[in-house]
Amino acid sequence: MKLLEKLWRALDERYDLQPLLAFAKEKSVPCHRHDWMYYFGGLTLFFFAVQVATGILLLLYYRPTAEAAFESVQFMMTRVPFGWLIRSIHSWSANLMIASAFVHMFTVFFSGAYVKPRELTWWTGAALLLLALGFGFSGYLLPWNELAFFATRVGTDMVSKVPFVGHWLLKVLRGGEDVTGATLTRFFGIHVAVLPMITTFLIVLHLAFIQRQGIHVPEGEKPVRTRPFFPNFVLREAMVWLVGLALLAALAAFFPWELGKKADPFAPAPAGIKPEWYFLFMFETLKLLPAKVAGIEGEILGLAAFTVGGLFWFLAPLWDKRRARGARNPWALAVGWVVLLYIASFTVLSYLGVFK
Amino acid sequence: MAEERKVSRKTFVNWLLGTSLGATVAAALYPVFRYVLPPEVAEAPTNRVLAGKLSELPPNSGKIFRFGAKPGILVRTPAGEVRAFSGICTHLNCTVQYRSDFQHIWCACHNGHYDLQGKNIQGPPPRPLEAFKVDIVGDDIYVTRGA
Repeated sequence: MKLLEKLWRALDERYDLQPLLAFAKEKSVPCHRHDWMYYFGGLTLFFFAVQVATGILLLLYYRPTAEAAFESVQFMMTRVPFGWLIRSIHSWSANLMIASAFVHMFTVFFSGAYVKPRELTWWTGAALLLLALGFGFSGYLLPWNELAFFATRVGTDMVSKVPFVGHWLLKVLRGGEDVTGATLTRFFGIHVAVLPMITTFLIVLHLAFIQRQGIHVPEGEKPVRTRPFFPNFVLREAMVWLVGLALLAALAAFFPWELGKKADPFAPAPAGIKPEWYFLFMFETLKLLPAKVAGIEGEILGLAAFTVGGLFWFLAPLWDKRRARGARNPWALAVGWVVLLYIASFTVLSYLGVFK
Repeated sequence: MAEERKVSRKTFVNWLLGTSLGATVAAALYPVFRYVLPPEVAEAPTNRVLAGKLSELPPNSGKIFRFGAKPGILVRTPAGEVRAFSGICTHLNCTVQYRSDFQHIWCACHNGHYDLQGKNIQGPPPRPLEAFKVDIVGDDIYVTRGA
């Protein structure tokens, strides 16, 4: 203990750390009926940290070429001690991170936290969700299995429908005209270097905004009591992380992530193929759309609708002026419920096998 | 006398620095932009391939064959006729397959159906599959583009 005190004094003498300590002592978090929602951003961050740690471990054995990728994952899962567990945790944690991010986003939307002055927090958060989906999409290909191969064929083909620059984007993403080893190498680079760099930067920005403005309190809950950030809130958040870790460990151990069959570019797409659950609502919608709607190709109409819908959601701070003034906005709530029910019902119905 | 328009020294220096900075950024970004776009790989165009053997393709069956870098599908109809199409679904780029229970071509990705002429008949595919010309020489099935 003496040693630690000495170290602290030595550091404080050189870097003047007292103000930081005072800041940590003063920082507080509001408590009210809905303060449970404050834990989901932190939980998402926790799963991201798990992703970084397990991702680095996977890098020790993974080889990003079409010839070796599948075999290297197979080797990791069958020969490397705990290799199956590390990979299973990485896959499950990815899914839990996206689930937690979705919960976080909807609580922010329904509590109206996105309006002025917190527009940039909402926009950096939305960008982070897109990056998380990008992580999911790029990481899905890396084991180079059958499902991943066709998911990537479909996903990158969607990009080619973007007006004017679509074909150019397709070639940049695929590293050529088709999904090949060149695509795998590119996705690997995007997954382990480009996305982590942008994500880390945006997380810092997102947290800095929250720190600077303080956390949002829903209209009906003011004025509120507060609790100290340290240690009270930190300990509560730690409990939530522990629950997250327990859930993750149970899923990873009892439902190990499968590897499937190695991708064969000259095999037909397997029956029953479908994307990860967070893309299911789009997938089922695209299946339901007929070939032509009013002379326009169905999938182009569908993709355009998703783009417009996503943009509308993203721009919520600009069209919801009522809540910025502290008034209620039933229209915004209706939009939130429609989006939530659409995504949830299509995802559940897809699992129930309602869509053929 | 028209008023003389003078460029102040400050404006001139600002313009000079601004354009040099812009040019430096552009000079750095252009190679990156070109680097990211993969080069065209010269490929000998494939126009005719040996797609399979007649003896290995019983009526009411199909198989995927390589047509250059892309998959093609060979179909033997229940009546025994051999046909060939592009194997790439016109919806979102998946590889189709022959379903003997439907007796036509099907895409697993978004449940698209094509008849034995390659015409899109059900589900989301917007266009028919491209048809190829089939020649049978002895037991060999040859497929030619541009039928």
